Amino acid sequence: MPDSIAATLPVDAPLAALSGRNLHKRFGGVEVLKGVTLDARAGEVVSILGSSGSGKSTLLRCLNLLEVPDAGEVIVAGETVALRRRRDGRSDAADIRQVERIRSRLGMVFQSFNLWSHRTILENVIEAPVHVLGRPRRECEEEAEALLAKVGIADKRHAYPAHLSGGQQQRAAIARALAMQPQVMLFDEPTSALDPELVGEVLKVMRGLADEGRTMLVVTHEMGFARDVSSRVVFLHQGQVEEEGTPADLFTGARSPRLRQFLSA
Amino acid sequence: MDIDFAFETFMALVGAVPLTIQLAVSAIFLGAFVAFGLAMMRLSGILPLALLARFYVFVFRGTPLLVQIFLIYYGLGQFPAVRHSFLWPLLREPYACAVLSLMLNTAAYSSEIIRGGLLSVPPGQVEAARAVGMPRLMILRRVILPLAIRQALPAYGNEMMSMVKATSLASIITLMEVTGVAARIISETYRVIEVFVVAGAIYLALNFTLSRLVLWAERALSPDKRRPASAAVPIAAATPASTGDA
Repeated sequence: MPDSIAATLPVDAPLAALSGRNLHKRFGGVEVLKGVTLDARAGEVVSILGSSGSGKSTLLRCLNLLEVPDAGEVIVAGETVALRRRRDGRSDAADIRQVERIRSRLGMVFQSFNLWSHRTILENVIEAPVHVLGRPRRECEEEAEALLAKVGIADKRHAYPAHLSGGQQQRAAIARALAMQPQVMLFDEPTSALDPELVGEVLKVMRGLADEGRTMLVVTHEMGFARDVSSRVVFLHQGQVEEEGTPADLFTGARSPRLRQFLSA
Repeated sequence: MDIDFAFETFMALVGAVPLTIQLAVSAIFLGAFVAFGLAMMRLSGILPLALLARFYVFVFRGTPLLVQIFLIYYGLGQFPAVRHSFLWPLLREPYACAVLSLMLNTAAYSSEIIRGGLLSVPPGQVEAARAVGMPRLMILRRVILPLAIRQALPAYGNEMMSMVKATSLASIITLMEVTGVAARIISETYRVIEVFVVAGAIYLALNFTLSRLVLWAERALSPDKRRPASAAVPIAAATPASTGDA
């Protein structure tokens, strides 16, 4: 939200924890994002829907700067990520330290888990708190044990990722992201790589997080989750926000024909 | 086969083992740095650097090590600039020339092995490291290198064993390592079989030890590839519980 509006809000009004402003991203000749604006206020669960190629994963990846948007702004808890324009017209991060700091505050969960295969589950969870944040190992281990218990895989703490099922790996990846005590959790199709019978256990953990009031941005194909858990749903189509609103608005009263078609498919 | 003579020969050759090991270890150790540099150049995405590294590998992999040794030992001294440089006290020594040529040669092969290891690192795991805010060097140290080294180790073990054997070429430029001593004993006694069988056995023993070390390192670096055995008792014991929460 623009500063002028923010200034008029009551002091305790939830400020956007994470927002993307007019984000553009092009890969080669394909314009994947054509000016997307998206806010997630503290405590909100925003589901991002869209058919494949609509730009939803790219949007998420732009928000934690895994992809650098060609144009637009990313603002995390009021701090704007400094981008600079390169000579070839693309952008990159002006201050890599700032980007690293901001990434450490955004927890990312990937479709393919991406746990570090040479470390045990516990080591995966404490890796970033210990080495990026420089916190004491003992303290991090205690927290990690608690997080692993919370996602239901405490007994796997000394196992390696390869010895876990997909659902367990994804829950471990969620614990790894939570260990950084992130301000916002980003989920990039967290259940898309899972066997159908393993989807439920991951969604259950995610519902738990939503119930705690965590700020979450979820790119998903799980309509049930989007409808029941989100506070807001954003439907992307061809790199633009086609429709946006509460789950009730979108799932029962979709205005856009494309969203209606998407939902009926 | 004269057992007494073979034993005498063995004792003489064992005395030369430290030099052989020294040559191999120095060449492999120094070569690893050059190799890593070359691999980084090839993966840098900067065309002139990549081309330079490719040319280096092309030359050193495509010409015989013996020719390289001759060129460095006999060839470099032909240039007054080299003779007058501060490096000359080093470069006129056969030992330094042998280490230099072995190192430059192994670097060419090793750079390809290291490059393969680096390319084998799953991009997703690197991305996960970026996503938690790791700085670039930390990603290299804590994610990329451990994964790349595990992958490259079997092939790199081969290359190290090749180097142990290649040190025998240093005898050509007067170094009295195992093969050098063996050649001297043969020229004194004309007993080729005993001497070279013993020399061969010594190389075999060295490389056997090396291959065990590599195997051990491979296992130590890849705990996740081991069958969950004793270390994994908690996992096995917990299996019934885990089905409950799944």
